[in-house]
Amino acid sequence: MSNIDQIPVRVTAIKQVAPLIKEFTLEPQDGLLTPFSPGAHIVVEMVSTGSGTDKHSYRNAYSLMSDPLDSRQYRIAVRLQDDSRGGSVYMHQQVEVGTQLKISPPANLFAPEWMAKKHVLFAGGVGITPFLSYLPELQQRQAEFELHYMYRSKQTGAYSAELQENLGSGCSCYDADLGNRCDIAAVMSGQPLGTHFYICGPEALIDAVRATADGMGIPASAIHWEEFAGAKPGLPFVVELSRSGVELAVAADSSLLETLESADINVPNLCRAGVCGQCVCDVAEGEVEHRDSYLSDREKQSGQVMMPCVSRAAGDRLVLDI
Amino acid sequence: MRVAPKDIQSFRDDFTYSNSAEAIERFPFPFAEDEYRYSVNMEPHLPKGGEGSAFEKFLDIDEHYLSEMAERQKVLNDMPQRCLAMPHMDLACWDMVERIMLSLSADYPDYFSLTREGDLWSWENKLLNIKDQFTFGDSSSLPMPPLDYIGRQVQGDFALLDQREGDLFLDAGIITCPADWSLAFDAGMSFKEWHGPVPMAHSEGIFERALKYLIAIPVGKPVRRLNWTLTVNARMDTSPEKYHEWGHERASVTPENVGEKVYLRVEVQVLDRMPRSNAMMFSIRTYLLSLEDLVTNKEWAVRMHRAMKTLPEPLINYKGLTRFHGTVVDYLSQFDPLN
Repeated sequence: MSNIDQIPVRVTAIKQVAPLIKEFTLEPQDGLLTPFSPGAHIVVEMVSTGSGTDKHSYRNAYSLMSDPLDSRQYRIAVRLQDDSRGGSVYMHQQVEVGTQLKISPPANLFAPEWMAKKHVLFAGGVGITPFLSYLPELQQRQAEFELHYMYRSKQTGAYSAELQENLGSGCSCYDADLGNRCDIAAVMSGQPLGTHFYICGPEALIDAVRATADGMGIPASAIHWEEFAGAKPGLPFVVELSRSGVELAVAADSSLLETLESADINVPNLCRAGVCGQCVCDVAEGEVEHRDSYLSDREKQSGQVMMPCVSRAAGDRLVLDI
Repeated sequence: MRVAPKDIQSFRDDFTYSNSAEAIERFPFPFAEDEYRYSVNMEPHLPKGGEGSAFEKFLDIDEHYLSEMAERQKVLNDMPQRCLAMPHMDLACWDMVERIMLSLSADYPDYFSLTREGDLWSWENKLLNIKDQFTFGDSSSLPMPPLDYIGRQVQGDFALLDQREGDLFLDAGIITCPADWSLAFDAGMSFKEWHGPVPMAHSEGIFERALKYLIAIPVGKPVRRLNWTLTVNARMDTSPEKYHEWGHERASVTPENVGEKVYLRVEVQVLDRMPRSNAMMFSIRTYLLSLEDLVTNKEWAVRMHRAMKTLPEPLINYKGLTRFHGTVVDYLSQFDPLN
């Protein structure tokens, strides 16, 4: 019976694919990896080699960018984040060929809508990664699509040359460091009815495409996006678990979910970015600074639930009903 | 010991279907409490009950294998539209081929074998004398469409649910033994749409909670639940398309024949995320047990009586038991000391 938990993998290749982006090839310790669907991601667990209180574990979600049909390896690309809480720095500075990591099985919160008449993909910087796993299946199905790839070549822009060569006019690249900008409204206007739009990139790009769609009367159900931002740092606070009475300190650069996990309290989760809704926790006391895009406004205002993967206490103390 | 497939018995006309003593013992009896209660009752689809149990393997192949495959063939010959797959579900169908072939060949190596060299796959089903070579993912390399091909070799109905817009859509399936629902009617419907006729649960918010849970089921973490109804005669195909053949049988139940004529029909339903397509495979494995066989287990007899006695009126009607529910309760009461 197939029931998969964490998968041990080994890093077998590391490639610098843009000034701030490294590509990692992950191979299973034994056997084959499970196939995955276009747009899927994994959560990579990293345990830093410090000792005692310096020991820190990070779990970051990364899109799989290899060919979904290749079950010998997974590939991910990691951008060194300016406001990294440690995960991307760890991947860039401590992980070497031969390093062993643990990954979650693939999960998908950003799958293509195969019923769409046409697919328009907007990628910003390292946001190109999920679309790399879309391409083989889009081509296999002979689906109509176009890719619009925006980046700054001094930082990102990985794979732009290969994509242009393989996709020809199906790929438009915009290098902001060369002054090239994508006219989002021009791209979106004149697309056939039934076109679906996909965005992976910084919040500003997602907001721009959504606002343009709204102005054009494109239904929200035709717009899909994935933020690659995970938890952001905040002020430290104390969390109390009402059922056990346990108190934990949440550091400025740790998420509440990570703090719970490091105390061996397992909370189900898939995305670690406030999207999937799996880690929802009941709040018994304290104000919450909601940072997720899962809970409804009413649920947020009720103050009774929160998503510990990204949200934090608004004050210095929070009591969870777990 | 697992029960081995036996010779073909019928689920129609002369109804020769019967359960051996071993099959009765391993029957997945669904009632965990005396009082009937509505619940979603999901649990991880992990092995349970030890060797030979209906939950020992990912897919349960039992003594009725040949009979059920022969019955499926009859249904499909008569009504080919009982198997359908919308064009965007092709990859999901191949996901299902892979899942079923891998699990059957690993769990029942005496009956099934699979060898893979890249995309070139060789499949042998010794029970049905099938031996084929094909290219994985290339539907033209199989003698029939992939869903039809694999569905004719595994017990239970299968639906493939496309996941989009935060919802599940019934966009493919091979459904030849449904408990009064129609694939052709439900095809393309969303989760809430195809559950439209279910009473009581809508107001209780059960479907919202169930859907949120289902769309987050990850690869490699299948879940199962049990569902049940009562069927008159050992009839697998109680579809709306064939209502004219079985509907009237509900009026044939008498105090004299209820024990042999009424069957507890249990569905082991498994939801399993398909890795390549992100679709959900929903399998419905049906078990039939006559009441007279059921009451040979004293504990089940008592529990069955109490569950039937406390069944709410809307469910009696929804499950189509109105005509004979009273007769069933009367019959079972003789086995309940607290009657």
